[in-house]
Amino acid sequence: MKSRTVVLSLLFAVLAIAVALLSLSIGTSKVPVADVIDVLLGGGRRGQRLIVLDLRLPRVATGLLVGIAFAVSGALLQTLSRNALASPDIVGVNSGASAGAVAVIVLAGSGGGNISGFAGQVGIPLAAVVGGLLATLTVGILSIQRGQVDGGRIVLIGVGVAAAANSLVAWMLVIGDVNDAGRAAAWLAGSLNSREWSDALPVLIALAVLLPVAIMFNRDLSAMVLGDDVASSLGVRVARIRLLLLIVATVLAAMATAGAGPIAFVALVAPQVALRLTRMERPPLVTSALLGALFVVLADLIARNGLGWLHFGPYELPVGVITAAAGAPYLLHLIGRQQKGR
Amino acid sequence: MHVENLTLAYGADAPVVSGLTLEIPAGRLTAIVGPNGSGKSTLLRGMSRLLPPQSGQVLLDGDDIHKLPARELARRLGVLPQGPVTPEGITAAELVSRGRHPHRGLFGRLTSEDDAAIEQALAAVELTELRDRPVDQLSGGQRQRVWIAMVLAQGTAHLLLDEPTTYLDLAHAVDVMNVVHAAAHTSGRTVVVVLHDLTLAAQYADHLVVMGAGAIAAQGRPADVLTAERLDEVFGLKATVVEVDGAPVVVPDRRLAG
Repeated sequence: MKSRTVVLSLLFAVLAIAVALLSLSIGTSKVPVADVIDVLLGGGRRGQRLIVLDLRLPRVATGLLVGIAFAVSGALLQTLSRNALASPDIVGVNSGASAGAVAVIVLAGSGGGNISGFAGQVGIPLAAVVGGLLATLTVGILSIQRGQVDGGRIVLIGVGVAAAANSLVAWMLVIGDVNDAGRAAAWLAGSLNSREWSDALPVLIALAVLLPVAIMFNRDLSAMVLGDDVASSLGVRVARIRLLLLIVATVLAAMATAGAGPIAFVALVAPQVALRLTRMERPPLVTSALLGALFVVLADLIARNGLGWLHFGPYELPVGVITAAAGAPYLLHLIGRQQKGR
Repeated sequence: MHVENLTLAYGADAPVVSGLTLEIPAGRLTAIVGPNGSGKSTLLRGMSRLLPPQSGQVLLDGDDIHKLPARELARRLGVLPQGPVTPEGITAAELVSRGRHPHRGLFGRLTSEDDAAIEQALAAVELTELRDRPVDQLSGGQRQRVWIAMVLAQGTAHLLLDEPTTYLDLAHAVDVMNVVHAAAHTSGRTVVVVLHDLTLAAQYADHLVVMGAGAIAAQGRPADVLTAERLDEVFGLKATVVEVDGAPVVVPDRRLAG
């Protein structure tokens, strides 16, 4: 790794931890940062332990984890397709995962807006992964032309697949029980509201298994950006590794979606900003991951307290609203850049 | 390198190359020429495992290339295909270092051996001074030399290059061919290069292979192979062949209107 990349990675890691600590501290009842650290190290008063460990930490941890998962997924897909716009939130992976998850919430829901037991613990992540993989498969098959996959086609077809999945979601919200639909709609905006450890755990497991796989094939990716033929002649098993990393990227995005909803633009923006700042020739995995974590916790801090700071009252926004507000202009900027490049 | 009864096709289409047998002289520069669609690039892809054969085999020092592990093959056979992708912003040295891929472990940093191979490759293409320049800011000829340095850094005894001079003006094409020639004659590699330009091929090649319609039309010393009759027969080209410095030069006959 170049020293510039190392420095930026460390910077993002420190900032993500700092914002996370701040996020554990700020809220309706404030816990000073020093006390937060005390609590995390096993000390603190009982009330503080309840607020920090039971109420806020699961949310912040989920935020950090889904930020990493979305960003790595985006970095992988953007690298494999050689297209900055081919991130899971644009090409339908998140939408597919959402359709799967909403199907469980609405179809298996109790009607009371809550899912308990097996369906909630395993059903949502599983359905999200199935939905995400179906979306990836559809986009993959439709964008192959004469054995070649073209990055531009992936984006166009992906947008179509996303629209199809989203309309499926809309249909389920209409036919579903109003309470279930309400819960699904809040989740669909991408929300870290009232996350529990059971939301963070599947994402943590997915990362623990898949992140090492992605990093293991990092160097092969360095060869694959030179084109399939060059990579093959450098000894890379291109087709096999591409398929494997596509699955890794899809499952990461789907698990993150299951954990916190399809938080928009993290997967698109974090790798691209990391790419520009590190001046590498492809999105760096680790730097993107840490920037993704920072992006989500920072956006959530603002989502949770922003309206309060502006004296609009104690209302919370879904984190996806903030990431979208920051990410959408960046998307337009990227599209403008690609148009100019043509 | 030996090609034995090789038949190549894309998918279920009719074979582009059928039953071709060819012996590549070791440590020499072999050029493959032929009209568009004669299958010269397809043959090179078949020789480099980018295209699996329908039948026949390609032997590298006696080993079937399709039976060698991918990494081992990559340590013995370097290939520069047509149209490699130059990532935005990558520096010359960085691109050349990718040639060391088959020699590196999973996480290991570049060894001093890797560094030496990269420096040597950059020096061979005379781009040491531009090593930290982004490749997309270099001229077409320099860019092509960086790519050749990438395969040189791979440190293989055999080298296949698919039309490395396409889109280059003559001066830059000559620069590239000097590097290719040196790879064979200075470093003792076995080099096979597919070329469009007959005169350029004849000037540099030790062994010239002329392909027509998926088969070998002729092969041998350029002066023996490149005759006016053969150009007419294989390329449908009316031309006069003159000899300069022992190598044939093709001068096309004009067919002016009026």
